[in-house]
Amino acid sequence: MARLPPEPPSSEITPEALYSGRREFLKNTALFVGTSAALGGGLWTLARHGSRADPPPPVAEVPPLPIGSASAPGAASAAVVKGPYSTDEEQTPFRDVTTYNNYYELGLDKSDPALNAETLRARPWTVTIEGEVKKPVTLDIDTLISWFSLEERVYRMRCVETWSMVIPWLGFPLAELVKRAEPTGNAKYVAFQTLYDPRQLPGQKSSVLDWPYVEGLRIDEATNPLTMLAVGLYGKSLPGQNGAPLRLVVPWKYGFKGIKSIVKIRFVEKEPAATWNQAAGNEYGFYANVNPEVDHPRWSQATERRIGELTRRKTLMFNGYAEQVAGLYTGMDLRKAY
Amino acid sequence: MKRTLRPRAWLQPALVTGAVLPAVGLGVEAAMGRLGANPIAEALNACGLMALVLLVASLACTPVRALTGVAWIQPLRRTFGLLGFGYAALHLVIYAGLDQGLALKAIVTDVLKRPFITVGMLAFALMVPLAWTSTKAQIAKLGGARWRRLHKLAYVIAPLGVVHFVLRVKKDLSEPLAYGAVVALVLGVRAVLWLRKRSAAKSGLEAA
Repeated sequence: MARLPPEPPSSEITPEALYSGRREFLKNTALFVGTSAALGGGLWTLARHGSRADPPPPVAEVPPLPIGSASAPGAASAAVVKGPYSTDEEQTPFRDVTTYNNYYELGLDKSDPALNAETLRARPWTVTIEGEVKKPVTLDIDTLISWFSLEERVYRMRCVETWSMVIPWLGFPLAELVKRAEPTGNAKYVAFQTLYDPRQLPGQKSSVLDWPYVEGLRIDEATNPLTMLAVGLYGKSLPGQNGAPLRLVVPWKYGFKGIKSIVKIRFVEKEPAATWNQAAGNEYGFYANVNPEVDHPRWSQATERRIGELTRRKTLMFNGYAEQVAGLYTGMDLRKAY
Repeated sequence: MKRTLRPRAWLQPALVTGAVLPAVGLGVEAAMGRLGANPIAEALNACGLMALVLLVASLACTPVRALTGVAWIQPLRRTFGLLGFGYAALHLVIYAGLDQGLALKAIVTDVLKRPFITVGMLAFALMVPLAWTSTKAQIAKLGGARWRRLHKLAYVIAPLGVVHFVLRVKKDLSEPLAYGAVVALVLGVRAVLWLRKRSAAKSGLEAA
């Protein structure tokens, strides 16, 4: 039979007051830790909900461009021509370009689109070219892409929210598409429309904007050699969050003009009702040309933060593309036609 | 003899620690390059939001005490208020120092021309005297009645904070309006309590 161990000498027994004091101390420590963790955690959650610490790095998931698979298999980006008008300014890192996006159809916070983009299926995808054209057509995106030789253009991108990036786009001049569509004499504007499919673009379930997103350009803006339709960036096909598989790039205008995930290109006679312009016409004009002298009603447009830089830089007239585009607006009051 | 309340010595240090942790967290994340592509905007927004949350918490103390009868909540008003002021100050420092790079002309123009910055700056300016007079010595110096009157400004500051938030949002107003609803609720409860107290005092007078 096992024997109980001998009782410890009374000198080793913790006095009752000390024993309960230790319990009190432990309890208070637990309350302290619990309370501070709850407050700290609560504040952190409320303040940083929009930016989960680790957005998935999209690098690996972005497929290479399927284009060129007929002519130059597996060497799409190598076949790309270096386009004109490229800036040699330092390019914004791929990670920032693909994790800091305004694409309300995929979420309202800047980090949301990268996290939600997997619902957007860039293939199969059809694009309709219609309206005031001699050759209306609905065609597969890869057929459309095969019409053109792709070029890389490194453009500045200035957001209306006063931040900017430098992005190496891959695409083709919109002017070439316009030429192929053969617009009629009535075609004064080009309207673009984003895919409407709340399953693929779940942000369209919310009524924050009128869906689908619509943007437009005057026909002479559309055919300006700077204007391009992009199908990729950094030599890869466009990630969903950047507007896969086809988006507009108009580097002298604020970023919201660069409509994403285009399904329809319509040539029209009247100025199209562009989404942000309809939502808040006093803040977002149809032209939306980058202009440091014309402020947004709620903030100055004189300076911008280049993503990755600490200090602000001066915003350039027409985002630095005045030489190419200022002539489009001669005689216009840019304060009125903002 | 009435039993005295438990001292809850851990409570205030715990709240201060808890509220300071996110600021430390922001600093660490910034140093590690984990605040995203636009870290200044991220830190700026986070501090502004936490300032608002803490101010609302401060404002909620009195109604919560009145509704629950838990007396130890009352002194937390000051703790939350000062912590909220701390984040508002950090928010302002990030705006002026990092966002604007201390470009004084641009800042002055912003304050004068941009309603959301005007309102934000006004809210901060009103907080300064409250923070300054938050010590026991200052309360004694001012006298209870004057101190209480001065500190009624808290009921103006929190709504100004909400307006500041509403005015800067691009399109989706749901988040600032949620804070607006909480502030309205807190102020509503306070107003009901005040009306009840007044009518009680009135009927008390009539009875006498």
